[in-house]
Amino acid sequence: MEQKQTGGRTHSGLSHNTVEMVTAVVTFLIGVVMMFDSYRIGSGWAVEGPQAGYFPFRIGAITGIVSIVIFLRAFSGKKHNLEKVFVTWEKFKLVLMVLVPTLIYVLVTQVIGIYVASTLFIGAFMKTMEKTSWLKTVLVSVGVSAVLFWMFEIQFLVPLPKGPLESLFGY
Amino acid sequence: MEDLFNLFHGFAVIFSWYNLWMMAVGLFLGVVVGVLPGLGGPNGVAILLPLTFTMQPTSAIVMLSCIYWGSLFAGAITSVLFNIPGESHSVATTFDGYPLAQQGRAGEALTACFTGSFVGALFSVLLITFLAPLVAKFALKFGPPEFFAVYLLTFCSFIGTGKDTWKTIIALMLGFGLAAIGMDTISGQLRLTFGFTQMLRGVDFLIVVIGLFGVGEILVSMEEGLKFEGKSAKINAKVVWETWKKLPRYWATLLRSCLIGSWMGITPGGATSASFMGYGIAKRFSKNGDKFGTGELEGVLAPETAAHGSGCAALLPMMALGIPGSATAAVLLGGLMIWGLQPGPLLFIEQKEFVWGLIASMYLSNVVGLIMVLSTVPLFAAILRIPFSIIAPVIIVVCAIGAFSVNMAMFNIWVMLVFGVLGYVLKKLDYPLAPMVLAVVLGDRAEIAFRQAMMGSQGSMGVFFSNWLVGPIISLALLMLFWPAISTAWDKLRQTLAR
Repeated sequence: MEQKQTGGRTHSGLSHNTVEMVTAVVTFLIGVVMMFDSYRIGSGWAVEGPQAGYFPFRIGAITGIVSIVIFLRAFSGKKHNLEKVFVTWEKFKLVLMVLVPTLIYVLVTQVIGIYVASTLFIGAFMKTMEKTSWLKTVLVSVGVSAVLFWMFEIQFLVPLPKGPLESLFGY
Repeated sequence: MEDLFNLFHGFAVIFSWYNLWMMAVGLFLGVVVGVLPGLGGPNGVAILLPLTFTMQPTSAIVMLSCIYWGSLFAGAITSVLFNIPGESHSVATTFDGYPLAQQGRAGEALTACFTGSFVGALFSVLLITFLAPLVAKFALKFGPPEFFAVYLLTFCSFIGTGKDTWKTIIALMLGFGLAAIGMDTISGQLRLTFGFTQMLRGVDFLIVVIGLFGVGEILVSMEEGLKFEGKSAKINAKVVWETWKKLPRYWATLLRSCLIGSWMGITPGGATSASFMGYGIAKRFSKNGDKFGTGELEGVLAPETAAHGSGCAALLPMMALGIPGSATAAVLLGGLMIWGLQPGPLLFIEQKEFVWGLIASMYLSNVVGLIMVLSTVPLFAAILRIPFSIIAPVIIVVCAIGAFSVNMAMFNIWVMLVFGVLGYVLKKLDYPLAPMVLAVVLGDRAEIAFRQAMMGSQGSMGVFFSNWLVGPIISLALLMLFWPAISTAWDKLRQTLAR
C-alpha cells in the first residue's frame, strides 16, 4: 500500500478510512433494515418454535453492532491509516473505464440481445484501451461471440437473451 | 474392506469415455480459469454449474471438481512465471517461485510446485477414502441440534482463525442475510423481499460468487495495471526428472505440508491460510530457512503441497457432513442440491455411485492433471500474454452469461454487477469473501437445523447441551468464537506478569 504514495508526484485519492467508515455505515443500515423487516413478520417465538424473522432479526442486530465497532475503529484510527489511500483518482479512472462500459453493456444487452452487445463491448474495449487494428478487433469480437453462440444456443441449448439480429436468422 | 470394494466400483463408474472426456475438459478449463486474472476456482465452477443442470450428477461433479483441481494446479504458473498469484492461495508460492524463475530455474520451480500439489492432493484423497465413510457413519446419529452445532463450529472457526475478527463477522452476517432473502421454507412467509417479485426466489449464491469473485476481481486487477511481464518456462523431461530426483530429500517438508493442508481443509481454514502456514512452518524447520525468499525449492514445495492438500480435503466434510471446507467446495455443494442430491451423511448410503465415483475421479484426475500441467505450461503461460483489453471484456461477458443462465433472468446480471462493485470494495478493505460465500450456501440449512432443534425441544436452548455429542461441539464452537478475545487477554496477562 505504501509504495503507491512514493514516486514523486502527489497521489491523491479517496482515503482508506473514509471508505472504511462509509462501508460500515452501509452495513449498519443493512443491519437496521434487516431488523425492521424481520420485526414486521415476527421475530420472536410462536407456539411451534422461532418465527420466520427470528434468525434474520438477530443477524441484523449483530451486523449493526459490529458495524459500529468497525466504524469507531476507523474513526479513531491511527495516523498511518488516515494517510493511507483507498484508491488514487488515477487508478479509480481505470476502474471506471471498466465499470461504466459494463453498465452500458448490460443495458444494451436488454435491447439487442447478449451476442451483439458482447461483440460491441469486446470490440469497443480493444479499440479504446489498446488501439488494436480494425481487422484484429473485428476478428476477436465477432469470433468470441460466435463461439459463445455455438456453445450455448447449439451445444447446450441454453437460450440467452437475443435481439432483432438473431431473429433475422430464425433464432 | 467394503470401502475398497466401493472404490473399485467408483473406478468402474469413472472409466467411461464420457466421464473421462468430462474430466479432461474440466481440468483444461480449470487451468485456464486458474491462470486468468478475474477467474478462479469458485466462480469458474459457478459459471459452468448452470450448464450441468441436465447432466448426470456423477459426470457433472467429475467435471466441476476437475475445474477445481485444475485451478489449484494453475495458481503456481502465474506465481512462478509472472510473480502474480493467479489465485489467493498461491501468494506464498511467489516468495520463492519468482526468484527461482529469475535465476532461470522456472522449470524446476514449476515441476516442484506441480509435484508438491500432486502429493498434497494424493494425501488428502487417501484421507477422504478412509476417513470420510467413517465420519459419515458417525454423523448418521446426528439430529438437528448436532447439525446446527457443526454449522456453528464451521462459522465460528472462521471467526477464530480470521485475520480481522470484526470483518469476518460482518462477512458472515451479510452472507446469512443474503441467504434469508426470499420465501421462508418453514412458514412460507416472505423475508427481506420488499415487494420485489424478482426477490421471491432469493439471491442465488451462484450470482453472488460470480459477482464477488469474477467482476470484483476484474475491477481490482484493472488497478494493478495491464501489463504482464513474465519469464519463459522451459519444462522438458530432463528438468522434470532432475527435479524429481531432488524431491525425496524434502520428505519431511512434504509430510508437514500434507498434514497442515488436510487439517486446514477439513476445518474450514482454506487453501490460502494453509499455503501461508505451510510456508511458515517449512521456513522454521528447514536447515535453509534463512535462505527462504531467495529462491529455495523447498519454499515453493511447501505452500503448494499445503494448498492443494487443503483444497482436496475440503471435500471431506462436504461429502460426509454436507459442510464445505472452502469457497469452491461450497459452490460444489450448491451444485449437489441443484442436481437433486441431499448433501449430508446419507449420501454415502443412498448415492454410493456418486460418492465413490467422485473419490475415484479425484485419484485419476490428479494424476492426469499433473501430466497435463507438466506438458502444457508454455501454452497456458501464453494465455497471460493475451492483452488485458481482450481478457477483461471476455471475462465480463462470460460472467454475465453465467449469471443469466442460473435461471434465465436478466435481473441476475444486474445483481451480479452490484456484487461486483461490492466485491471490489470489500476486497480492497480486506473483508474476507470466503466466509460470506459459505454463509450464503449454508445459511438456510443452518437456520432450519436450529429451528427444527427448537421445535423438538419446545424452545429450550438446553437441547444444545443435552448429550455428550452436541455439548462438546457447541463448547468448541464457542471457544473458537471467543478465541481472538481469549488470546488477546492471555497476551495482556502475560505482559503484566512479566512487568
